[in-house]
Amino acid sequence: MKIKADTGRCIGAGMCVLTLPRVFDQSEDDGTVVVLDAEPPADLEPGVKRAVQLCPSGALSVEE
Amino acid sequence: MTEATPRLATYPLTRERAFDPPDELARRRAEAPIQRMTYADGHEGWLVTGYAEARAILADNRFSTRPELLHSPIPQRGEFRSEPLTPGFFIRMDAPAHTRYRRLLTGQFTVRRMKQLEPRVKEITESRLDAMEREGAPADLVESFALPIPSLVICELLGVPYEDRGKFQHDSAVLLNLNSSIEEVRAAVQDLYSYLHGLVTTKAKEPTDDILSGLVAGGELTYEEIGGVGLLLLIAGHETTANMLGLGTFALLTNPGQLATVRDDPAAVENAVEELLRYLSIVHIGPTRTALEDVEVGGCLIRAGEAVTLSLGAANRDAERFEGGDTLDVTRPAHGHLSFGHGIHQCLGQQLARIEMRIAFPALLRRFPNLRLAVPAHEVPMRSNMAIYGVHRLPVLW
Repeated sequence: MKIKADTGRCIGAGMCVLTLPRVFDQSEDDGTVVVLDAEPPADLEPGVKRAVQLCPSGALSVEE
Repeated sequence: MTEATPRLATYPLTRERAFDPPDELARRRAEAPIQRMTYADGHEGWLVTGYAEARAILADNRFSTRPELLHSPIPQRGEFRSEPLTPGFFIRMDAPAHTRYRRLLTGQFTVRRMKQLEPRVKEITESRLDAMEREGAPADLVESFALPIPSLVICELLGVPYEDRGKFQHDSAVLLNLNSSIEEVRAAVQDLYSYLHGLVTTKAKEPTDDILSGLVAGGELTYEEIGGVGLLLLIAGHETTANMLGLGTFALLTNPGQLATVRDDPAAVENAVEELLRYLSIVHIGPTRTALEDVEVGGCLIRAGEAVTLSLGAANRDAERFEGGDTLDVTRPAHGHLSFGHGIHQCLGQQLARIEMRIAFPALLRRFPNLRLAVPAHEVPMRSNMAIYGVHRLPVLW
């Protein structure tokens, strides 16, 4: 699983950080998504999927 | 197929029970999650009550939020379309104009920044509880707790003197009252805008450590735009959480088992707040959008120029997404609710609202384990006439 983040689409709502702070963070500057671990371990997969699903702007996606 | 009921003429506002959306909306959802509705000006648009359909529309930038394109789903706001947009009022802008303002603010509302505010929110909450104890029961929980906490927090964040709350709380109430005339709303907007614009001018001379001063120093927005941004954040920052705290406490007091979970189990609080947000859906009307081009949603073709009004309350109760959604269950997985919206306009201050509620609900219930209504539940005055639903007052004893 590889996480892709489109910071151009991101609106800094913070849903990914709220859902999985081990994998996602926000830029101090403009609040857009910072991926801390683009290829997280398999046990985090459900959390990643939920973060992708909750993202309001469609900025996150995963490649299997 | 059952015979379709006649087309709905404008959006229903009357809630038959304190915590449920109008029954008409649930009936419509059972019939068709997206269907035709006649608007106040005679426009033939749409009503959306299904979760999947509402979420899809909120995420789709082919639907606009610009005021000059909108049709009003209720007669009371029919004339508002022609009102000029307050500068910087980005909730009523589409991308990319919207993006520019939002980007200047998102860094101030990150999960981490809001987490750093926790000690201050706790302090404010405890001092309100101390004051309630000092003054003694009975008390109006709205006036003594639900409204002051978010008002104080947003004032400190923005850099608005809390002593001026009389003005902005009054103007906000006029703005959100669906029965206010267009003249009254215009005067309230003008009054609040002049006040904030004046404040911005002062901050240009004497900067302080707050969001308005930061926007002035950033130099990317005019003082007029910063005044409008301040207007939006000030209203959004106190009316919403205040009503969640008031209505949420009322809901818990009438569901003692749920109340006990929030009071006694710290691990349950995060989810309980999401469930209260879902179950109560305080956005009383809309949002309304306008299709910029032909878009198909849920098998219906929405034509360019047609209006869609979503019921977040009905969508959040949709059994297709939340099983048994008409029941308050603070242990259900409530994530994914639409109470903060979805798409590019999803609430900027949602992480602040979460922090405030996660602190305030359990603190209140622990300080006053014997908290109860001071009047029969049916006598609690409900905000059916306001754009943000809740209680006007909540008389309590402890």
